[in-house]
Amino acid sequence: MAFYIVQFLTGLASAASLFLVASGLSIIFGVTRIVNFAHGAFYMLGAYVAFTLTERFSGAFGFWGGIVVAALAVAAIGVLVEMVLLRRIYHSPELFQLLATFGLTLMVEDLVVLIWGPDDLVGRRAPGFKGAIDFFGQNIPSYDLFLIVLGPVVLGVLWLLFQRTRWGVLVRAATQDRDMVAALGVNQKWLFTSVFALGVFLAALGGALQIPRDAVNHAMDLRVIVEVFVVVVIGGLGSIIGAFVAAVLVSELNAFGILIFPKISIILVFLVMAVVLIVRPWGLFGKPEAPARRTPGLTVNPWRPLTMNERLAAIAVLVVAAALPFVAGNYVLTVGSEIAIFVIFAVSLHFLMSVGGLASFGHAAYFGLGAYGVALLAKMAGLPMIACLLLGPLLGLLGAAVFGFFAVQLSGVYFAMLTLAFAQIVWSIAFQWVSVTGGDNGILGVWPEKWAASPSHFYWLSLGIAALAVVILRIIVFSPFGFALRATRDSPLRSEAVGINGKRIQWTAFVIAGTVAGLAGALFAYLKGSVFPDNMGISLSVDALVMVLLGGVETVSGAVVGAIVYKALNIWLVSQTDWSKLVLGGFVVLIVVAFPKGIVGTLEAFLHRRRKSSSAASPVLTSRIETAE
Amino acid sequence: MSMAPTLLSVEDLTKSYGGVHAVRGVSFELHAGEILALIGPNGAGKSTCFNVLNGQIIPDSGRVKLLGEDTTGKKPRVIWRMGVGRTFQIAATFPTMTVRENVQVALVSHGGQLFNLWASTARHARDEAGRLLDLVGMGAYAERPCGELAYGDVKRLELAIALANQPKLLLMDEPTAGMAPRERVELMRLTARIAREQSIGVLFTEHDMDVVFEHADRILVLNRGTLIAEGSPEEVRGNAQVRAIYLGEGLLYDARHREGASA
Ligand SMILES: Nc1ncnc2c1ncn2[C@@H]1O[C@H](COP(=O)(O)OP(=O)(O)OP(=O)(O)O)[C@@H](O)[C@H]1O
Ligand SMILES: [Mg+2]
Repeated sequence: MAFYIVQFLTGLASAASLFLVASGLSIIFGVTRIVNFAHGAFYMLGAYVAFTLTERFSGAFGFWGGIVVAALAVAAIGVLVEMVLLRRIYHSPELFQLLATFGLTLMVEDLVVLIWGPDDLVGRRAPGFKGAIDFFGQNIPSYDLFLIVLGPVVLGVLWLLFQRTRWGVLVRAATQDRDMVAALGVNQKWLFTSVFALGVFLAALGGALQIPRDAVNHAMDLRVIVEVFVVVVIGGLGSIIGAFVAAVLVSELNAFGILIFPKISIILVFLVMAVVLIVRPWGLFGKPEAPARRTPGLTVNPWRPLTMNERLAAIAVLVVAAALPFVAGNYVLTVGSEIAIFVIFAVSLHFLMSVGGLASFGHAAYFGLGAYGVALLAKMAGLPMIACLLLGPLLGLLGAAVFGFFAVQLSGVYFAMLTLAFAQIVWSIAFQWVSVTGGDNGILGVWPEKWAASPSHFYWLSLGIAALAVVILRIIVFSPFGFALRATRDSPLRSEAVGINGKRIQWTAFVIAGTVAGLAGALFAYLKGSVFPDNMGISLSVDALVMVLLGGVETVSGAVVGAIVYKALNIWLVSQTDWSKLVLGGFVVLIVVAFPKGIVGTLEAFLHRRRKSSSAASPVLTSRIETAE
Repeated sequence: MSMAPTLLSVEDLTKSYGGVHAVRGVSFELHAGEILALIGPNGAGKSTCFNVLNGQIIPDSGRVKLLGEDTTGKKPRVIWRMGVGRTFQIAATFPTMTVRENVQVALVSHGGQLFNLWASTARHARDEAGRLLDLVGMGAYAERPCGELAYGDVKRLELAIALANQPKLLLMDEPTAGMAPRERVELMRLTARIAREQSIGVLFTEHDMDVVFEHADRILVLNRGTLIAEGSPEEVRGNAQVRAIYLGEGLLYDARHREGASA
């Protein structure tokens, strides 16, 4: 019995940090409507800065002073970020906000390694809370007891702040109705900045307070942000009470999940989250989301199938690509195969994101499932390669069917957070279920059979499948199903009112996208000869998002161009610099701020303008083009 | 008119939001081919009635029957398949598609082709869509992007979409809001003609009393969620309570005045 009580108290102690970070995210979201992906990065920065202050400058501030100063310093960085970056994107579609703050996260990860080095740092214990208390033969660290008290105290302070101060009243008013506050003549800019500062302060404090419990490392940002997303999905975005209750719930589930499913403890959290989503899609304390700002919406160019000439041009490009083995060496062909595989991956996400309006932040899960599907079939069942390539992606299909069912119940930022959390769950299973997946060591020796083994043959195989995938998805885009999917994206209200079951349509699209991603993963396993948990990691999910964004979210086939350009750049960059995340993150932020239409979108807009101006000169031409559309 | 079968019957509908009784104890019937107007000042509960009728919201109590079948609590898409088309107070269309494609989507759905992954939509029911667009006077705009249309044209497109499933009942929430006066009269004439030809029952709401008195066979007057009058245009015009509500706005007087002037 005592053991369970101690386990319960440990859970409560873990909840404190989680609550701080989640409440910060919720407060920022409530006022600015931005889901700050970089919140985990601020949490991590808080921990690193606090480490330095308590280790090197403990004389100046003392331990506790160091913790508070660290949180304040990171909050100041937050203010800078808000003023320089966020102010430019408050009116952007939420997908762009998520991506920009994710780009920041990538940059911070590399910066942290640059400054503090790659190794884990073990901080000192908190003065006055170094020992442990004996509880019927079980030890409870006294610092845990401190954290258990701290959580409710912070909750109380926040409550007082929002109920009893003029600033708090303004924040609550802004959460209800942003325009009203503007009408009251409040300086909205500074209200937003101060709210962001408070949110970042809470995140950094949460990180700083972790150093007596856990080593500081440069992967803690993603770990915490996934947990925080799970917390706000359960508790409801924008609710501080919700953040508290859900933080406790998630931490307890983690604490006891280890006892029930020692191998895959995260399953329990997933099950609870699934139940909450079915019963209360907006979280325990959340309110239904206002209609999402449309993710597309930069242009109103209707999509049209390729004309005959464009089709011939596409075939010509394909023929040229197919001739590559006659002029290029093995390295180039291997790179070419990888690019072809990522074209498949990118178009599958594009289908979900641009056609379906569902921006998944965890699409790599289905890529990885396809890869593991192949590896398991090849290694355990010993099936031939063709059979593996056909059956392996079915694991992606299965995963997409299960997770997609829950994910499509939500939309917008909730959808993004949920898909990210699902992907992280799949990743953890691959990582923790060592007996089947090999854990961190992955599964090795998944080599193609002889007929596909040479780089040129494998390249042709990948190119052929990529071309097939692009064509099939394009056909689906212009099929009745594709129109139903776009209709659901454009106006859920109208599509429901013309008999379209939007959720069913979106679920089907999710499964299609997951299966195609699984196919890409299956090929990837053969290309690399191995699979690892990182094949379903967050950074791979983000790669896919960036490819789609770079090509142009609003175009029919921008993802193809985006994948080719991005993957080529990426492979080159990784070979050139150790700080690829820094460059990549900066690149993502830049696209979002300066180049939101992407390559193909910009090109289309340019051609459209030219056509418009030339059509003014020749009315005959106009009518022809218009009927062609 | 009373000989026609009862298309829609509404019994004792009630819906409240927190303390606000949006709709309280509303009952009425609508016959096939009849044009029924539901009028009332802002916030009277008109849109709430429409939303209950097409399944968008579930009433606290009361029942809705379509041709004798209970539709209360059914989903909008199910009610649509039972033959109910609707337009919204704030027009809802698919802005990234062309005008024709907007109608084609409804036709695809009506034809049970939603999960067809292979066919080309461009060829699906193209002429049928064109016919519906011609019907509402939008034929010339068929290939325009819907997002570029003037608001009045979007409203007409919405009517074409609502007609795509050959409805038995049309629900039109302020179909002419945002239109020029001339356009309003035209659109309602068109609607009335289609309704008579195809024997469609129409329930519409409208703030322009000229339009209401010209086209409605019967009028329901809603005030603060309750029906306060019901009858032919003449009866409603003569009703003291209705006059009291509208007196401040001068609408009834205006309508009659203008009608007299034009006669
Ligand atoms: N979702 C909602 N939540 C809270 N109150 C609502 C909601 N929808 C409607 N109401 C309230 O119910 C009442 C009736 O609203 P409704 O939209 O049905 O009126 P209406 O007659 O259509 O008005 P209008 O002529 O302005 O369109 C109003 O007082 C409105 O404020
Ligand atoms: Mg209304």
